[in-house]
Amino acid sequence: MQNPYLPYPVRIDSIITETEDRNLKTFRFVFLNPDDEKKFAYQSGQFAELSVTGKGEIPIGIASSPTEKGFVTFTVNKVGLVSSYLHSMKVGDIMGIRGPMGHPYPWDVLKGKNVVIIGGGFAFTTLRSSIIYMLHPENRSKFKDIHVIYGARTPGMLLYKNELAAWEKRDDIRMNITVDGTKDPDWKYNVGFVPTITEKKAPNADKDTYSIICGPPIMIKFTQPVLDKLGYAHDHIIMSLENRMKCGIGMCGRCNVGKDFVCKDGPVFTLSQLETMPQEY
Amino acid sequence: MKVIKIDKKDWAGGLDKASSGYRFFGPVEDKECHNFKELDKGELPDFNFSNTRLSAKSVVFPQTEAMFEYSLDENEADHHLMKECRKNDAPRAVLGIRPCDASAFLLVKRNFDNPEYRDPWWVKAYESTTFAGLACNNPCASCFCTSAGCGPFDEKGLDVLLVDAGDHFLAKVVTEKGRKMLAAAGWNAETDADIEALKKDAESKISSFVPTDKLKDKTTMELYNAAFWEEAAFACLNCGTCTYSCPTCWCFDIQDESKGKSGIRMRNWDSCMYPLFTLHGSGHNPRGTKIHRVRQRFMHKLKYYVDKYGDGIQCVGCGRCIRLCPVNIDIRKICEKMNSYEPKAGDCNR
Ligand SMILES: Cc1cc2nc3c(=O)[nH]c(=O)nc-3n(C[C@H](O)[C@H](O)[C@H](O)COP(=O)(O)OP(=O)(O)OC[C@H]3O[C@@H](n4cnc5c(N)ncnc54)[C@H](O)[C@@H]3O)c2cc1C
Ligand code: SF4
Ligand code: FES
Repeated sequence: MQNPYLPYPVRIDSIITETEDRNLKTFRFVFLNPDDEKKFAYQSGQFAELSVTGKGEIPIGIASSPTEKGFVTFTVNKVGLVSSYLHSMKVGDIMGIRGPMGHPYPWDVLKGKNVVIIGGGFAFTTLRSSIIYMLHPENRSKFKDIHVIYGARTPGMLLYKNELAAWEKRDDIRMNITVDGTKDPDWKYNVGFVPTITEKKAPNADKDTYSIICGPPIMIKFTQPVLDKLGYAHDHIIMSLENRMKCGIGMCGRCNVGKDFVCKDGPVFTLSQLETMPQEY
Repeated sequence: MKVIKIDKKDWAGGLDKASSGYRFFGPVEDKECHNFKELDKGELPDFNFSNTRLSAKSVVFPQTEAMFEYSLDENEADHHLMKECRKNDAPRAVLGIRPCDASAFLLVKRNFDNPEYRDPWWVKAYESTTFAGLACNNPCASCFCTSAGCGPFDEKGLDVLLVDAGDHFLAKVVTEKGRKMLAAAGWNAETDADIEALKKDAESKISSFVPTDKLKDKTTMELYNAAFWEEAAFACLNCGTCTYSCPTCWCFDIQDESKGKSGIRMRNWDSCMYPLFTLHGSGHNPRGTKIHRVRQRFMHKLKYYVDKYGDGIQCVGCGRCIRLCPVNIDIRKICEKMNSYEPKAGDCNR
């Protein structure tokens, strides 16, 4: 019997501090047993439990893309017990990851469609995975237009700055990076909150256009009316929930929203699905 | 199905004989109540009880259980790797479990043993257990098992059904596992005694009934937004007694506990009654009020579970939560309210 609680052993391969407040770090892990990488076959939108031996486990979205081989990456915000300890760990340290868990973004549905990615703050991790996945030469032709609207408080708080700059230069992805405010005279991109930029830059709705939206509750709250105004049907708005988790496999009972477990039946839901569920997220 | 007659004077001897092949668990009296524990060699279960204070779930799903062990000592080759704790999976038998508690395992099994994942500890413990249940000749006033898909002589969770018939037990063989246990004890006197009459008599003593037939046709959001939750939760202390004593509550927490350079990852029973159960690291709590939590418990048992598995409620009607609740919250009353709920025009939908 496969033990679904047993993490795959991994080694920390690199650590990048992403943001100027040093609260977000990207950890790159390599599997100690190469076979485990195959077992960990995942798709963009899924998450895993990072197991820090002696401290506990935390559910974190997978930031790498299935098209990137030989490692997996996660970007972790420093919050409490486990994430703070993880921030103090070093390259070479041994820990575990368990997964992949949950449903990915609905890639079958998104095939042949325009994809509008809207992200705010550090909830850009699985969106980064999605962008890398879609831009991969083998996949780019499977999708029509790709729009990205991504905002952070300041330029220094944006994740994956080098990749953002590289995507800005491409003509097969329409980038709209924005910050709430900046004193940087060299800032070349937008200034304004994500909902405002969405209103200005997001394409109008049609049946072939889906938006994936991840961000802090306040951003989601104000972006949703904008998408309504642009005419997005609620089954074309895709979101990802973050309830407190332990097991990640639908057994420990804590992450439910109505009859669905965020870990097993989510974390990805459409807005029309969420409208039939209690607002316990 | 065969019925075996066990003379009570052969009871201790049979158990002794079978004890080489089974670890026995049974109710024993301790501090004014009965609870299940592993019986020492020669120790007999005490059947002079109505039902145990806590359910028998701990036999398969201990209140605290080591999952993995690990070393933090970098000099050791396997430092920081999780190693599955060795468990005693030798055959065990639960003696005197009530039919309600036994059928609760079937409801819980859907959670721990499903097509996508199997919980290795729960499944192994469950599979290694023989359930030798004791029929309820005198069900208590707060039981409503017959409304909850169960009954005082219900066999579906059992391997053997024992019926106390005065100076002897009648043992109905329900499964092959049960037959083996009886054989191991050397009990083999087949009888054509009929237990149907005793069963009818016991069922007729059930005085508590709860309608559940309409739950599945209600919409989740209508029930969720019903006005009665505020009143239902008013007195609740969020003490968690209901969830700990319930045979069908399975929620758990996972924690690492280290001592020096080694430690274990373990799981412990948890409860949806506690605010910490759902508290995010950011401080946000999706079930931040008492109303949320009380509603979660009842909605889970009486609506979400009903919808998820399409086979009745997540409750066997043992009545423990009713008897033990310090502020007299009664699942029968809540169930009635839910079952008969009709949203009034103009109620908001979210
Ligand atoms: C599907 C999913 C994807 C996520 N993706 C990311 C990500 O990519 N990057 C990131 O930084 N954070 C992410 N989070 C949030 C992250 O899991 C929490 O910040 C983290 O668990 C906090 O743990 P802690 O031990 O540091 O905090 P503490 O407050 O000390 O938490 C103790 C325990 O509570 C649980 N817990 C606390 N807060 C949360 C929470 N918000 N969500 C789930 N469990 C929680 C954990 O089990 C943790 O072990 C995600 C959460 C979910 C559910
Ligand atoms: S909810 Fe109450 S009556 Fe039902 S099985 Fe649990 S403890 Fe018994
Ligand atoms: S995290 Fe355990 S049920 Fe979802």
